[in-house]
Amino acid sequence: MSSAIEVSGLRKAYGDKTVLDGIDFDVRAGTIFSLLGPNGAGKTTTVNVLTTLMKADGGTARVAGHDIATEARAVRATIGVTGQFAAVDELLTGHENLQLMVDLKRRGDGKRVVADLLERFDLVESARRPVSTYSGGMRRKLDLAMTLVGDPRIIFLDEPTTGLDPRSRRTMWSIIRELVADGVTIFLTTQYLEEADQLADRIAVLDQGRLVAQGTPDELKRRLPGTHVRLRFTTAAQLDAGARLFTDATRDDEALALRVPSDAGTASLRALLDRLDEYSLSAEELSVHTPDLDDVFLALTGHTAEAAK
Amino acid sequence: MSAKSPSTVMLRRNFKHIARNPTSVFNAILMPVVMMLMFVYVFGDAFDVGVDYIDYATPGLMLLAVCYGLGATATSVNSDMTKGIINRFKVMDVSRGAVLTGHVVASVLTNLVAIAALVGVAFLLGFDPSASFLDWLGVLGVVVLLGFAAGWFTVALGLAAKSPETAGLAAVPLIMLPFFSSAIVPAEMMGPGIRQFAQYQPFTPIIESLRGFVNGAPATGDVIAALAWCAGIALVGYLWASSTFKKRA
Repeated sequence: MSSAIEVSGLRKAYGDKTVLDGIDFDVRAGTIFSLLGPNGAGKTTTVNVLTTLMKADGGTARVAGHDIATEARAVRATIGVTGQFAAVDELLTGHENLQLMVDLKRRGDGKRVVADLLERFDLVESARRPVSTYSGGMRRKLDLAMTLVGDPRIIFLDEPTTGLDPRSRRTMWSIIRELVADGVTIFLTTQYLEEADQLADRIAVLDQGRLVAQGTPDELKRRLPGTHVRLRFTTAAQLDAGARLFTDATRDDEALALRVPSDAGTASLRALLDRLDEYSLSAEELSVHTPDLDDVFLALTGHTAEAAK
Repeated sequence: MSAKSPSTVMLRRNFKHIARNPTSVFNAILMPVVMMLMFVYVFGDAFDVGVDYIDYATPGLMLLAVCYGLGATATSVNSDMTKGIINRFKVMDVSRGAVLTGHVVASVLTNLVAIAALVGVAFLLGFDPSASFLDWLGVLGVVVLLGFAAGWFTVALGLAAKSPETAGLAAVPLIMLPFFSSAIVPAEMMGPGIRQFAQYQPFTPIIESLRGFVNGAPATGDVIAALAWCAGIALVGYLWASSTFKKRA
């Protein structure tokens, strides 16, 4: 397989604030590559640079074999981009938005292209209504449909599901999977570990403009703490007692909390509570944690996603 | 379906916007007519301009009509820039020329509709021009050129503004400027300072050219000055708009 996107030493700064501090990655054609990171990590900047909206300050990148700096037009001709904020025309109808794309791309069989996309994205009923009346999920769908006019082979999706309800998110995921099944390459940014895990063939974790990890979802998850129960106590003495009780737990002295590995099933939770009762120890708070972006960051960088800002 | 140039596609998009959001254009057409009624009926008798006031004021109000349309242009250019759609056009390699020309042409055509309405009402109020067919072509030429120049300048203002609201405000000086020209009253009747300003500001030769054509006797000096000002404003507006468009990602 060949590379759809090759990035080497890419740098970008706004004034004296470095946003991308030399990132390298390679996206194979026909796969989904996910750039995972919190707000402010540099995800959108990466998309903007790779899609020729911004110029890089250093490094090189080739998209579909074309240099982004010297062959911007050729890059633009092969890519489709759906940004973080729906790039749709509010005053036009869904149908007119798609027609606008067809006219600008000078597609001959425009009528059929528009009808097919409306059908595929389940927008037929609302096609004649102005986009200002659409829900967030419908806008995102229309946005992606507009991106698909002209059959781009490489598609950039910048946080395609941020702000969507769970149902719309699932719809978006299945659309993305269909695209890849057709041989399209997808470059996806997201703040959600689950999303990257569900969709991506490879994930790169971006933190403060640097890639801190890269690999398949399984490779990355192996480096993460598993599901655990967090117990928070009121005194240091209680924390000490708890730590003696659960020897496999890790302690957080600052928060007076214990992190006990557990599968979070009812049986193991009951056993844990019984154990506490047995030693007349009571925790102020109990919470169950499944790994999320924060854990990824804690494991990979030693600080949380929140602190990365 | 025939292949359409990107500019035509963009212009059609601007027309659809206008049709969906008619208030701003309604303003651009109605306000000059209201102004005309106000000046002619309320203030008209107070000014002694040597001719029928309606004959004096109509060319000036034409310029006012052009300026009134600009607020809507600035706002719509800016909302294009501040919403995501502009990035889509950029990534699709639609030239800035096509996006911005669409706005300028829509602005000029709105101006023409507003002026047609204004002149229609003026005739009802007893407007009695002595222009020949050629003179009317001259009027049309000056109006289109002015609309084009002011349109590019306004597009630049709209691009430079932070939000659609401030873009609308940025166009206000252009709407006020005609009042400090010979549009409504002759410059000689103004106080010192303002009088000199009114005599030398760009709108005055433009209005005097329009007045000349309407009266069937255009003065060459005014027309040359008007053409020069329009060309200058158009060039500055175009260059400013192009560089701002490139800068805003």
